[in-house]
Amino acid sequence: MVEKRAFISGNEAVAAGVCLARPHVIAAYPITPQTTVIERLAEMVEDESLRAEYLHVESEHSALSACIGASAVGARTFTATSSQGLLYMAECLHYASGGRFPVVMMNANRSVALPWNIYGDQRDSLSLLDCGWIQAYAEDAQESLDMILHAYAIAEHPDVLTPMMINLDGFVITHTYELVTIPAQSDADLFLAPFQTSNKMDFDSPMSLGFTAGPAYNQAFKQLQHLAMLSASRVIREVEEKFGQLFKRNYSGLLETLYCDDAEYIIVTLGSVAGTLRPVIERLRALGERVGLVRIRYMRPFPLEEIRKALAGAKAVGVLEKDISFGFEGTVYTNVNSALMSANLMRPRLRNFIGGLGGKNISAQDVEMMFSRLKSSDEGERVEFI
Amino acid sequence: MRNQAEKKTSIRDLSDRELFYGHKACPGCGGSLALRLALKVLGERSYAVVPAGCMSAVGFIFPQMAFGCNAIISTFAGTASMLSGVAAGARALGIKDFHAVGFAGDGGTADIGIQALSGAIDRHDKIIYICYDNEAYMNTGVQKSGLTPIGARTTTSPVGQRLRGSVNRKKPMFEIVAAHGIDYAATASVGYPLDYLRKLEHARHVEGTSYIHVFSPCPVGWGYETADTIAVAKNAVDCGLWYLAEFSEGRFALNHNPAELTSVRDYLMGQSRFRHLQEEDINAILAQREAFWTRIHREWRV
Repeated sequence: MVEKRAFISGNEAVAAGVCLARPHVIAAYPITPQTTVIERLAEMVEDESLRAEYLHVESEHSALSACIGASAVGARTFTATSSQGLLYMAECLHYASGGRFPVVMMNANRSVALPWNIYGDQRDSLSLLDCGWIQAYAEDAQESLDMILHAYAIAEHPDVLTPMMINLDGFVITHTYELVTIPAQSDADLFLAPFQTSNKMDFDSPMSLGFTAGPAYNQAFKQLQHLAMLSASRVIREVEEKFGQLFKRNYSGLLETLYCDDAEYIIVTLGSVAGTLRPVIERLRALGERVGLVRIRYMRPFPLEEIRKALAGAKAVGVLEKDISFGFEGTVYTNVNSALMSANLMRPRLRNFIGGLGGKNISAQDVEMMFSRLKSSDEGERVEFI
Repeated sequence: MRNQAEKKTSIRDLSDRELFYGHKACPGCGGSLALRLALKVLGERSYAVVPAGCMSAVGFIFPQMAFGCNAIISTFAGTASMLSGVAAGARALGIKDFHAVGFAGDGGTADIGIQALSGAIDRHDKIIYICYDNEAYMNTGVQKSGLTPIGARTTTSPVGQRLRGSVNRKKPMFEIVAAHGIDYAATASVGYPLDYLRKLEHARHVEGTSYIHVFSPCPVGWGYETADTIAVAKNAVDCGLWYLAEFSEGRFALNHNPAELTSVRDYLMGQSRFRHLQEEDINAILAQREAFWTRIHREWRV
């Protein structure tokens, strides 16, 4: 078997990645714009290119609940959702992370009702940042596929044992067709070992899982969960290094930087909009402007040191994000600001740009406007809707 | 009706091994008895899934675990969906000869968990779902559930000037699951343990979804002496407010057909949750009993 090149959508790339990971159980409930992932997987199970149990569940709550049950007997699992569906399974998100069940899930980032809207923003996943899942944000279809393979290696690592959510911008990534390299199954098998865990119900040594822990023990479990999430930072780098050696596609850990070594004005963002920023930045650089980009790849664990390092030399930083914590600021901005505030660094001027809510377009002109705002010493609005 | 492989169950055949032991359930708890007996029949190769409720609250307090077999607490709504996942995971891993068995209360079954239960039955997943019905949310302090009988006083269906306890009738869960075309369903009572054990034994061999609804009195919530749980559970069947039946291969059958139903008044007045009931209330309950038995005598195999 050799790798192949295919012209597929982000969702299809995810399905291809899931197939290569050989999950035992897939449980999913349809929601736009996630549907083509679970359609492709259903076809793969039907034609036996993927040997997995496919559960047609009756809700997202049941999808994740079933994945937790399967994971609790040591099975590798996958589900996918979006927006209202992610919120509907919110209880189970905490349940999976607290129980240390390394479920892998794709979330198609989509706006949250009301008003109803099926287009992309990141309010769904960012409003659940504290649910204890590793949260990754892909920029394109290839990274989506690769992140699925990374996800199982990261989530199932014994030092991590934490579920992982891979976020794809609704429609912009999920439904855009790109040329994607699909690894050979034999290479995927070399990269990803079968799931092994002692945190499972086993007839040789029966266990009680999902138990109650009162005030004397509860915090200790939560602290272990926090430490495991912190360990994920190291494991993500290890996994990506191994992946790079095997597949010659290299990723840069919790975040990616572009021209941050000498950039004075940097935009920090996540997801597909980085693709809009890149050509603008190249154009401005050609004109001699020292601009740069930080693309956050992981919101949890948060790239604390990496953010500090990347932004250390900047005069002004704009955080561009597709969400808003009403009455305050964007959640990504809060996180970036906190990382900088808690370091003894010269602090750049910080601005928060909120855009793309409900799929509102963010254009190249908008990006140029944001950089010009950063260059202006005028303080302006701390939080600006673009 | 009975599977060929099914053996006649007697108390003597029951395992001495306790798989639900050392828990913190109240004295006289009907629900814990339903669990204990079920695990004796289903055995050590069981994955028990128990949602939020009395049995998870008394059985899983770290580091004192009461289950001798594999067990996990599910979300309140997620008993059946987690069971489906457990069964699918075990099947995919090639694990043989196991039972995925759920133990959910009446609220966890008829209210918050009914969606997931409906889905699992629809998929014919090979799981055994046991509803231990103590007729209210007992773990949280006796609030009304969808299986609280009409007239029962609970902390959210109080007795006052305008209300005399619950105004809703008990959801017919047995018939609801049967309407799905479930592979096997049964009602039982901890007051008739041999009947319950036989149904568990039957469920062991069903290729598909089994649902057993076991009537499990609660002395704390119902207001009777802790020593009387079995008597109350038996009386409910004898007076015709509960019944022992099965649904298999698309047909209903009544397993226990009392020649004469005993006094509903005595059953009700034996429990403080019903003592406020007035003559007209009791007459209404009697009329409902009459209509129910007339219907099942007409429609079910007796």
